[in-house]
Amino acid sequence: MWKNTFFLFFILSACAEELCKPDASNGYKVRLSLKTALGDDAYTWNKNEMFLFQSTLAFAMRTSHTGQSYEISNIVVCNETDRVSFWFVVTSPGNPTELVENYIVEEAIRKSRHRINSAFLLTDKTLEFVGILPTLATPVSYDTPPWLIVFGVLMGIIVAGIIVLLASSIVKRKRKTRRTDEEEADEETRVKTMDNGVYNMSFSVEDKLTQM
Amino acid sequence: MRLVLPNPGLDLRIPNHEDLDRIEKEEAGGRQKWDNKAQYILTCVGFCIGLGNVWRFPYLCQSHGGGAFLIPYLILLVLEGMPLLLLEFAMGQRLRKGSVGVWRSINPYLTGIGIASMLVSFLVALYYNTLIAWILWYLFNSFQSPLPWAQCPLNDNGTGFIPECEQSSTVDYFFYRVTLNTTASIEDSGGIHWPIVVCLLAAWTVVAICCIRGISSTGKAVYVTAILPYVVLGIFLVRGLTLKGSWTGIKFLFTPDVNELIEPTTWLDAGAQVFYAFGLAWGGLISFSSYNPVHNNCVQDAVILSVVTALTSVYAAVVTYTIIGFRATEKYENCISGNIMTLINAFDLPENNVTTSNYEAMLGHLNNTYPDVIPRLDIRTCDMHKLLSEGVEGTGLAFIVFTEAITNMPGSPIWSVLFFLMLFCLGLSTLFGNIEGVVVPLKDLKVFPKNWPHEALTGITCVVAFIICLLFAQRSGFYWVTVFDSFAGSVPLLTVGLFEMIAVVYIYGVDRLNADIKFMVGYKPSIFWQVMWRVVSPLIVFIILVFYLVTQAQSQLRYLVWDPNSEEFPSLVSSLYPTWINAVIFLLAGVPSIATPVYALCRLVYVRCKKQ
Repeated sequence: MWKNTFFLFFILSACAEELCKPDASNGYKVRLSLKTALGDDAYTWNKNEMFLFQSTLAFAMRTSHTGQSYEISNIVVCNETDRVSFWFVVTSPGNPTELVENYIVEEAIRKSRHRINSAFLLTDKTLEFVGILPTLATPVSYDTPPWLIVFGVLMGIIVAGIIVLLASSIVKRKRKTRRTDEEEADEETRVKTMDNGVYNMSFSVEDKLTQM
Repeated sequence: MRLVLPNPGLDLRIPNHEDLDRIEKEEAGGRQKWDNKAQYILTCVGFCIGLGNVWRFPYLCQSHGGGAFLIPYLILLVLEGMPLLLLEFAMGQRLRKGSVGVWRSINPYLTGIGIASMLVSFLVALYYNTLIAWILWYLFNSFQSPLPWAQCPLNDNGTGFIPECEQSSTVDYFFYRVTLNTTASIEDSGGIHWPIVVCLLAAWTVVAICCIRGISSTGKAVYVTAILPYVVLGIFLVRGLTLKGSWTGIKFLFTPDVNELIEPTTWLDAGAQVFYAFGLAWGGLISFSSYNPVHNNCVQDAVILSVVTALTSVYAAVVTYTIIGFRATEKYENCISGNIMTLINAFDLPENNVTTSNYEAMLGHLNNTYPDVIPRLDIRTCDMHKLLSEGVEGTGLAFIVFTEAITNMPGSPIWSVLFFLMLFCLGLSTLFGNIEGVVVPLKDLKVFPKNWPHEALTGITCVVAFIICLLFAQRSGFYWVTVFDSFAGSVPLLTVGLFEMIAVVYIYGVDRLNADIKFMVGYKPSIFWQVMWRVVSPLIVFIILVFYLVTQAQSQLRYLVWDPNSEEFPSLVSSLYPTWINAVIFLLAGVPSIATPVYALCRLVYVRCKKQ
């Protein structure tokens, strides 16, 4: 009897292997760049890491495709290379010979991309799913652009400076005209006190005449 | 050899030596003066050291044979720059007037030279301040992290970047699209781009406040604007030398190619660079030296200024090329890494199989084993020489090459703020001389009523200039700036310089000039100056002018355009100017050049009519 189960298992795995091949219709190629991402701290890719990959992907499928309980055996991997790249397909939990549509797989991966990346200490660029474009991070944007703030500060300082400069020059000019007016008035009084050649002492400006 | 044209009445128009001493003692001139000699030297240094020293000289140096270019540059500095400099200093100090006043005193028929200087100063101030407005825009945008030109904006559905940015680069996109919103040709005006209007407003108000009281305000501002660039260049030198690839840049700059010395264009470019770099014929230097005490040693000043300009040019070139070398090395390594990734992805090789050291060997090996696969891959050619020579002149250097290099440095916002602050100060200190060369002639020509204060004149000039600058705030403004740059500041300056030398040497008289300098400084200028003034310098300027006119007349008028729809995008496309540009060029270059003879002619006609 267990000869039969062995035979069945053999058939199933053979079918599974046939399901997964390069350029499979519902499959994706995965590429990992461990040395680029981690440098000297890079771990070596082995069967355990592959096991983690299969379990992470099963987790992603479970989260996205609610209701279906995916198992590790549903994630079929083939064509591993030294690059560290391989192909995988996802089989349906109910029917192991049937492949899950690629748009369902793509949506699952997109949703849990960050979790998958974190499990391997990699990023969108170093853990590539060929054909699935990562959604890019939106560039930082501000409510008030910072440049407007700097411009406002600068203009405030300059306008204040211009007002101060203009006010001080107006004040200086007023003071100068007042002083020349005073000088002219003194000049007039001096002339007045000396009319007819007679110097009227009672109407003199002391400090102008008596210069010590 | 005492060739002097008859010039009756000269002694009636200018104060004689005794008058000068008396005026100086009594301070009866009513003219402003420098607070101290340092202010004067710093103002002149700031005027001469401008944006051209950062983005024109290093390019000329590198493209005309590296270290060998210094030979024609220094020779022409001594033969052409220093004599003209001393001429302008001496005339200003002796005649105690701005440019129009000086030429009118020598002979009323020569007032046209002063008017031409004023027009050139005004036109150059217009587009120069636009460059400063662009610098201010980048400066304002440097106060954020990450810098806005480090990232591309996303397209509508968030899966990729905007195609224009993707195809060119983030810095190109930020300059041509975000900052300027350039149209595809100069004919397509495209409306006003308001961020530039805002920055122009900021630029003109800064200039107004600094120049509002003439040299009493610029003299204070110049302590910052003239010294800060040197400090920042020093900081960048230290930072630059510690970056990877900086020595590649310096080697590229200074590798001498002695064959370039035989090319006439090398000498012409060197001569033109000396002429423009010194700010000769703008009228600003004459004005500045007219505020000096009568017995100031102008000969020493001319030599000091020449030496400082030459040293600063070399200093700035070294700093610039450390940064260029760094950027080129970064791009080259990214290019190689990209190619390596393409190769190992295509052939599924393990990651460390292809490294930068065995890249060439592996590529050759793979090309032999799979000859039909390699061409279909996207292998880019990584050319270090091309990376070092691209975009290293003019606005391209500051706004594209440098900004890209800065995004790759740690702590980018600080470096960006420092760099653009330095460019701002360099440009502003040159503008002080320009505004001086515009406002003082306007005063001398009695365009405004006499009792209007200097503040009002400066204010009105700045307001009028701001309104005209709105031409550059259009979406096609970049092309207008290029037109002004090519035509307003080239031929007119050479013609005015030539007329100046002829006027002083053959109408005022070199003997009189010698006697003046002997009175002011204490010794007669040596035989070197005599030979230069009479023969060598006018000849050099004349040759440069003729060659320039000849090359301009022979070449078709073309300009480079940013056109996202063209096939050559992201390279700039060379297209023909429209025919009406000839009228613009005549206004920019022709009118100032012919102002001198036209004014003399008009005055002749007027005097004849009055006699009758």
